[in-house]
Amino acid sequence: MSTEARKPPPQFALKLKRALGGRAGWGGFAVQVAFAAVLAWIAYEIVANARANLESQRIASGFGFLQNTAGFDVSQSLIPYTGSDTYTRVFLVGLLNTLLVSVIGVFFATVIGFIVALCRLSPNWLLSRIGGIYVELVRNLPLLFQILFWYLAVLAALPGPRQSISLFGAFFLNNRGLVIPRPIAEAGLDPFLVALAVGIVASLVLRVYSRRALFQRGQLIRIWPYVLGLLVGLPLVTLLVFGVPITFELPQLKGFNFAGGSRVIPEFVALTVALSTYTAAFIAEIVRAGILSVHRGQMEAGSSLGLSRGATLRLIVVPQAMRVIVPPLTNQYLNLTKNSSLAVAIGYPDLVSVFAGTTLSQTGQAIEIIAITMGVYLLLSLITSAIMSVYGWRINRSLAA
Amino acid sequence: MKRVTLVFTLAFAAGFTAQTATAQTLKTVKDRGMLSCGVSQGLPGFSSPDDKGNWTGLDVDVCRAIAAAVLNDPTKVKFVPLSAKDRFTALQSGEIDVLSRNTTWTLSRDTSLGASFTGVTYYDGQGFLVKKSLKVNSALELNSASVCVQTGTTTEQNLADYFKGNNMKYEVIAFASADETVKAYESGRCDVFTSDVSQLYAERLKVANPTEHVVLPEVISKEPLGPMVRHGDDQWFDIVKWTLFAMVGAEELGVTQKNVDEMAKSDKPELKRAFGTDGNLGEQLGLTKDWFARIVKAVGNYGESFERNVGVGSKLQIARGINQLWNKGGIQYAPPIR
Repeated sequence: MSTEARKPPPQFALKLKRALGGRAGWGGFAVQVAFAAVLAWIAYEIVANARANLESQRIASGFGFLQNTAGFDVSQSLIPYTGSDTYTRVFLVGLLNTLLVSVIGVFFATVIGFIVALCRLSPNWLLSRIGGIYVELVRNLPLLFQILFWYLAVLAALPGPRQSISLFGAFFLNNRGLVIPRPIAEAGLDPFLVALAVGIVASLVLRVYSRRALFQRGQLIRIWPYVLGLLVGLPLVTLLVFGVPITFELPQLKGFNFAGGSRVIPEFVALTVALSTYTAAFIAEIVRAGILSVHRGQMEAGSSLGLSRGATLRLIVVPQAMRVIVPPLTNQYLNLTKNSSLAVAIGYPDLVSVFAGTTLSQTGQAIEIIAITMGVYLLLSLITSAIMSVYGWRINRSLAA
Repeated sequence: MKRVTLVFTLAFAAGFTAQTATAQTLKTVKDRGMLSCGVSQGLPGFSSPDDKGNWTGLDVDVCRAIAAAVLNDPTKVKFVPLSAKDRFTALQSGEIDVLSRNTTWTLSRDTSLGASFTGVTYYDGQGFLVKKSLKVNSALELNSASVCVQTGTTTEQNLADYFKGNNMKYEVIAFASADETVKAYESGRCDVFTSDVSQLYAERLKVANPTEHVVLPEVISKEPLGPMVRHGDDQWFDIVKWTLFAMVGAEELGVTQKNVDEMAKSDKPELKRAFGTDGNLGEQLGLTKDWFARIVKAVGNYGESFERNVGVGSKLQIARGINQLWNKGGIQYAPPIR
């Protein structure tokens, strides 16, 4: 038994032609292929020629250097690192430091930005003026200057390690940073974490249930007593059963600095503060514009339903404003991440400082290292964009529904 | 931004130019009528601009001597201030003709950077600067100290080696420029500032109360500082190399900026060879017969330059030490000019 192969409908070929060649049809497609080929050839020539020239000048090239020993130390590292590790490790240390300052910076920039925007929109004269002054002052000064200000001004105001400002004998603030007790895991940690995880998951389930009840049956269920019990009570019980989950190692003054405890270095604090306050000024304007773009009637409708100003903003205005806010907000997140490369000015060991700085000058392999660094920033930016796009898409979908 | 520009220049130069173009530095400099010389961003005694923008220093004198030998005018130098981490890229990309920026001669730098050291202008070593109030007398008492250092230097690696070798803990804070490093040290962020000893003396002049700071006695490394040129141009390499040897040789022969015209008339065979009244040594280098006289007239001999810029008579007040001539107890030594 044989069946005749089904021919694709004639529209399919037509559609393909349109997609590939545009209005010009197959001719346009050929031009595009030729153009791409020329570009690829030029790129190949550049790489091949560069490689030949570097070789003839006996400048080291290739990525073999990544396996060599770095031989220098770094002041802050999220993963264990010593001078006898490789340049690959240095790269990871720098990348993680960049990510750390970016993520924390993005968080605080968003929080401060929203608060300042709400201040500016507030009917309270004093609040709105303070918001306005903040935005105009902060966004009109160069960022590098602000970073140096926070670094040098804060450093100058703090005492040396021997005259540290002490809080409860456990926290110490001095010009080497903030020294805090270091948590040490004990036997009770695992059950404690498990109980906490169970509590969080159960609370989320409860929330979904209560929302469904609200939206589908109009039934208002108060869940916070249960959530409190799950999040606080459950871990508390395990604590009583299995013993304390962590103990703290207290910092002690030894020699020049504190030994024991963990330390937040001033470079990190200065950079985070400068980046988040600076970006917050721009975010505040974006949020304000977004909120103003929502029709006044929405606000009035909210108050006519008897909602407070805060509840109207939170439940009605801000969700609609987000549609306008998210795309420019993404730009600000990207800017913050890229601006974190100014860290080198104050000695914070970010990617540019330890990899595109120290590693580059030790190995002399400028082309490879700058290419890797640019690739990393590009990737970080694209990932941020993608996350924000998904978020924006979800908002649009929920508003359209 | 400067660094990215430099890298693009390098990528561009490597990607597009034919390779023969690199071997004509002498011709390029002559055509341009200007020597492009990479120096520091301001290190008193070695290369720093005064209030009128005139550059002075030991490293600067080397640049001026080359300009005098090649262009017969020690003022025809364009000084390009470079941070420690940008210096090699600037040389590789061809932005500068010679790098004379207190740079330590090491094997890896000599081989993997596509550039070569031509000699040693100053024999240095790494040391530590601390506040007197810390009451530290030796670098071995620096356990758990915070150390400020300039990034992109051999200093950073020596530091790691020294503390590891002596089983001491420390915290390193690395800054891009020397000024920022010193500022952080002054503000109390670090207990110690480490660098080449000559640089410590120079930077100490910049802090508010120089007398409250002391350089510890330990010298933990060898730091022979010298000029660098690109690989692949042997003639230019020879010119830069022999310019420095001419300065050292002049001191050995007793030729000074003052007596150079009289000495040029001397009958001594070695002086006749140097001044070009006998033979054509200068022309063999690709220069003129009076290259030696030009150099000494422009900057004096090595000893004069040393005294003027870093020596006991200068602000830095550094003793000649091992930078004395070989026949006077030091190790500065120039091969014979013949």
